Amino acid sequence: MSALLQINALVKTFGGVAATDKVDLAVTKGELHAIIGPNGAGKTTLISQLSGTLIPDSGTILLNGKNITKKPAYTRARLGIARSYQITSLVMEMTVRQNVALAVQSKEGHAFRFIRAADKIAHLQNAALEALRDVGLDVRADDLTTELSHGEHRLLEIAIALATGAELLLLDEPMAGLGPEESAKMVTFLKELKGTRTILLIEHDMDAVFALADRISVLVYGRIIATGTPTEIRADASVRHAYLGEG
Amino acid sequence: MKSMSRTSWITLAGMAALLILPPLFLWSGNEFYLQLATRLVILAIAAVSLNLVLGYGGLVSFGHAAYIGIGAYAVGIPAYHETYGGFDSIASYDGLFHVALAVGISALFALVTGAISLRTKGVYFIMITMAFGQMAYYLFFSINEYGGDDGLVIDVRSEVPGLNLDNPLQLYLLSYVALVAAMLIVRTIINSRFGMVIKGAKGNNDRLVGLGYNTYLYRLAAYVISGAMAGFAGALLGNFTTFISPEMMGWTRSGELMFMVILGGAATTFGPVLGAVIFILLEEILSSYTIFWQLPFGLILIGVVLFARGGLMGFLTTKWRKP
Amino acid sequence: MDYTLLFVQTLNGLQLGLLLFLVASGLTLVFGILNFVNLAHGSIYMIGAFIGASLTLWLGNFLIAVVIALPIIGLVGYAIEKFVARRLYEKDHLDHVLGTFGLILVLDTLAHLIWGPEGISVPLPGWLDGQVELFAGVVVPTYRLLIITAGLSVAGGLVWLVNYTRLGMLIRAGASNRTMVSALGIDIQLLFALVFALGAMLAGLAGMLITPITEASIGMGGQIIITAFVVIIIGGIGSMKGAFIAAILVGMIDTLGRAYLADIFALVMSPSAAETSAPSVSSMLIYILMAAILAVRPQGLFPPKARP
Repeated sequence: MSALLQINALVKTFGGVAATDKVDLAVTKGELHAIIGPNGAGKTTLISQLSGTLIPDSGTILLNGKNITKKPAYTRARLGIARSYQITSLVMEMTVRQNVALAVQSKEGHAFRFIRAADKIAHLQNAALEALRDVGLDVRADDLTTELSHGEHRLLEIAIALATGAELLLLDEPMAGLGPEESAKMVTFLKELKGTRTILLIEHDMDAVFALADRISVLVYGRIIATGTPTEIRADASVRHAYLGEG
Repeated sequence: MKSMSRTSWITLAGMAALLILPPLFLWSGNEFYLQLATRLVILAIAAVSLNLVLGYGGLVSFGHAAYIGIGAYAVGIPAYHETYGGFDSIASYDGLFHVALAVGISALFALVTGAISLRTKGVYFIMITMAFGQMAYYLFFSINEYGGDDGLVIDVRSEVPGLNLDNPLQLYLLSYVALVAAMLIVRTIINSRFGMVIKGAKGNNDRLVGLGYNTYLYRLAAYVISGAMAGFAGALLGNFTTFISPEMMGWTRSGELMFMVILGGAATTFGPVLGAVIFILLEEILSSYTIFWQLPFGLILIGVVLFARGGLMGFLTTKWRKP
Repeated sequence: MDYTLLFVQTLNGLQLGLLLFLVASGLTLVFGILNFVNLAHGSIYMIGAFIGASLTLWLGNFLIAVVIALPIIGLVGYAIEKFVARRLYEKDHLDHVLGTFGLILVLDTLAHLIWGPEGISVPLPGWLDGQVELFAGVVVPTYRLLIITAGLSVAGGLVWLVNYTRLGMLIRAGASNRTMVSALGIDIQLLFALVFALGAMLAGLAGMLITPITEASIGMGGQIIITAFVVIIIGGIGSMKGAFIAAILVGMIDTLGRAYLADIFALVMSPSAAETSAPSVSSMLIYILMAAILAVRPQGLFPPKARP
């Protein structure tokens, strides 16, 4: 087993409060690793340090053995990390397809290409359409992003993360705000996706997490109190006590 | 798609009118209107270039008049030395040299000031670009050799192979062709993969950074292109007015350019041109009635901001669609 | 080196800095609390100068004129807030810039209509017109000392107002949490109008104080507004402390640069080259300072805490 993502003693404090308190975590290549924890446990802060929007105070983050702790967000994206956001973050003024095409063209190394119209570049558009088809949004490809429903926005977030071709997907509550039907759809989709990419999933929906995850880490007040398979986590007394509120 | 074709139609009709009407004025004995149209078209080039960063990029540059000034001095200073001696290395009447100088120095100024300004965001960016514009203003203001605040008369216009810029019609047509070229350049850039990044960063910069784009570099590139194009407009303006002074790069000039873009419609191909037309004509008409024309003019500008965002292009393409 | 001259130039720099602070403090106050960019702040400074000048000529007493002119310029600010600025708060900064740009044209033309195209100069009362010997050999104009005293008093007054009064508490709360202030049942519109009027009075006072040295003229607003922007960019937009330190810094560097740059350049280059390049560089000095500071600290020296 080789770790795609290796986090060592990561610390991030805000005004004296440790949002991430010496977190160690290894995400194995190909696994779907879920992080659960009560509100305010520091899950999004952790993801933000992995994606590069926040820089840790101390500790290291290794991606494929390469130290990326202090690298800017765009460099990490280039190295193969894609993130979906808890609060939908899309270019609302563009079409759905253009949003995904931007993700596809990010694989080209740079976009200092001034002449050909992006909308006329077949391989870009086809790849974008394909990613949209994967999440069932291809019918809405040429609509303005702002016209989509909340559920569709969540799916589009995933399609964009996929289209970057990133090895590691950081999915921050992909089911936030979805109804039961849409949630079920998302779970089905993530099940299909599982195994093709390495996924670090943050999610509140416990049924979904236990159905999807290969391993689960439990984050409470910035510390990881347990890591294991769903079965192990379910049986773990400290988790039951600290988080599930039992015993 | 219907509004698309409406937009194209307005653009083509407007550009056709700009091609045909001014020469007609000249032949009917109203050279004044050709002069007006020349100034208008040259400022439209600057507005089109500002639109690249302001309209499409969402970068509120309040210092674009500086590039017009740099471009104009890039004509005036070599011509001055060719006439009066000194500074042999740049003394020249050669139009191509003037343009190279105008575009090159504007690009360099944009690169240096943009590199600092683009580190800032929002209102800081507005103010710092404004301040850098004023810096250029005071630089030329303080150089007595080139007339300081009195300005500099260009005795000899740029020499361009096959053209005579002393001929008002030729100068107009050259400016017109340059405007069309500028519009096509911006349009091409904005539809390219580069343009997608620029537009995407306007809508959601964090998202673009998260996708792996160092948007700072892309914006800097757009800023340099925009500055270089505005510098070219300045070289034309210098040839048109044959008189240059720091006044043409003051911050109020930058404000006027911004207004042209917003008035006509930001992030549209023809909007900045339409804005320049309306702006210049309004100024001309109001000032023919009263020396206090800036009072109604200012009120109109305030009204536009309060009630008509989206500009004239937005108005023309959406209001008409409803039967 | 002539230390007397250096001392006098330093005083001049201090005087310029304090005048800049009067203008910049209003600008930064309005931005910090209303999140509003007011380009027309320079025009208010100009109108303050004209009102002060007219009243001085009419009443024959400069100080009484200033005392009467201050509430008037406050009312002008209140009216501008009520009829234009208030409608712009909810829009973005680009709209603020464009709207207040239109406002400049309106206000400058109104000044032209009311006071005519010529500038108005104002005589000082006799007791202010003289010079004071501070210590042996150092003689400075009495009026400059008045400006410095007035500037420092206002700065002190602002510190007191913002930190130790109920209005100041509201101002600080309004800056950090608009909804909380309205939830407390305080008329936030009135609060904003008062802040705007206060900013107008500060700018107007600066205009009145400068008039006896220069004159009241139409173009004066456009010149100072850019420098005031440079001040608040350097200080950190919205920060009163930043505005004060940056204003003094800019005032000093500008004044001393113009006075001594040629001498400094002459140390490293030929006298004639120094003579020709110094004016250009000194006129750009504050912008170079701004660029250098922003290159290191993009948010200025004292960036206020991020608003929610």
